[in-house]
Amino acid sequence: MISLSVLGVELAYWQVTSLRVLGVLVAVVLPAGAFVYLFLFKMMSFMQSRLGPMEAGPFGSMQLLAEVGKFLQKEDIVPERADRRLFFIAPYIVLASTFLLFSVMPFGPDVYFTNLDTGIFLALGLSSVSVIGILIAGWASANKYSLIGGIRAAGQLIAYELPMVLAVVGVVIQAGTLNLQGIVAAQHQGEIFGFSGIGNPFLLTQFVAFGVFLVATQAELTQTPFDMPVAESEIVTGYMTEYSGLRFLLFFIGEFATAGAFAAIAATLFLGGWALPFVSLDDNSMNFIGPLVLFAKMLMVGFLIFWARFTFPRFREDQLQAFAWKYLIPIALINILVTMILKVAF
Amino acid sequence: MVAQSVFFYLFAAIILFSAVRVVTSNNVVHAALYLVAVLAAVAAEYVLLAAEFVAATQILVYIGAIIVLFLFGIMLTRAKLGSDQDLTHSHWALSAATALLMFGVMGYALVDQFHWTATPMPADTRLVSVAGSNSATVSDSVFTAYLVPFEVVSVLLLAAVVGAIVLARKD
Repeated sequence: MISLSVLGVELAYWQVTSLRVLGVLVAVVLPAGAFVYLFLFKMMSFMQSRLGPMEAGPFGSMQLLAEVGKFLQKEDIVPERADRRLFFIAPYIVLASTFLLFSVMPFGPDVYFTNLDTGIFLALGLSSVSVIGILIAGWASANKYSLIGGIRAAGQLIAYELPMVLAVVGVVIQAGTLNLQGIVAAQHQGEIFGFSGIGNPFLLTQFVAFGVFLVATQAELTQTPFDMPVAESEIVTGYMTEYSGLRFLLFFIGEFATAGAFAAIAATLFLGGWALPFVSLDDNSMNFIGPLVLFAKMLMVGFLIFWARFTFPRFREDQLQAFAWKYLIPIALINILVTMILKVAF
Repeated sequence: MVAQSVFFYLFAAIILFSAVRVVTSNNVVHAALYLVAVLAAVAAEYVLLAAEFVAATQILVYIGAIIVLFLFGIMLTRAKLGSDQDLTHSHWALSAATALLMFGVMGYALVDQFHWTATPMPADTRLVSVAGSNSATVSDSVFTAYLVPFEVVSVLLLAAVVGAIVLARKD
């Protein structure tokens, strides 16, 4: 039986598994809440020279609970001609895709839900499942704005899935593994011109891939400047138009939890993940410090994502497609080629 | 091993039920979604066979890309809500015969190869033996023993992509 010693306490297999399930739940809700409060409420307000929510709790920190309470009270409206079953299922498909994304994330030497050999590959596959939920939501609503929003979302997510996968390939070639723990270890044990003090975060060598990955992430999350699927001036709120109350809240949580998941993946791939320089990867204390380190790095990547969100105006549909197919994919392919040549040369 | 068998039959039941619903469903979108269930359950069976790389590929390629393209195409052209009676095809008997023939040929090939043994795997299972890393084994065999077929498939796909662009561009 697999057992684990944490702070001298021996845990049985089922206890470790329960802790991991609990951990994934926390890992989904915590970044979603942190992103909404820190970035959407506060940072956006400061960038626009206003204070944001200030009334609920100190500095408006309880605003989030108030918002959740508000959504829970709202009436759950289903359009008369909607496909009821699919209308109900759609937000859960999106949310399930997000939860599954966290199931492959490593947060420490023993703090992970699964340590799969194909970690990052599976993560990319799981992230693409949410498109089905969005398409169903758009179709089942029996509303032309919803349908247009769903189709726009699908077209966009297909287009930006490719540069994202291709950007990750560069990292995978350099690390020599698809396993996320392996990628963390490869960065921790790396050297910069023979200097091994801080390891070699792939941000330094794969900065092109990092840029492509972040842009593709922005598009996968349908955040401004890639928010054609929910462009409120044209199609109300796209596939979410008919949703209200709890189901709208589920989409909302899904969006920000996915932002957290992608930020965590970017932090793992490019910023060294949960590892700290000068601390051994097997150190038991990393089981507690590791998640905090990853969370801090995740907030840094999240800051970049939301900074872009509040700064750039929306792309037009043709610009959006041309950007993916004519610029991002060739750049990512060249990055793979250069990485391969350098990998063989050194 | 018991748990593995239980889940094998559970997923097999899901595959059978959903596959039947794909062809009997009265709505194109519902049929496509039942197909998602079939493909996802097949991915789960791959995981039970310790072929997680194939399972991840199944999810990424079939569910994440092909089904999305299906739904995309259906919703761009015609996607009625509610039931659509003229979906039921009149050639169903011929299709059933073809399916039965496929089942017979594949079943015969499997039995001929593995002779009703309990574990349908050859003794020198290379896929699970190499230090628990079966994606490394997959890549090793793709880029050494099966390099030529792999390259041929790549060129074929490239030709298909170019052909699609040529057909789509009118000017």
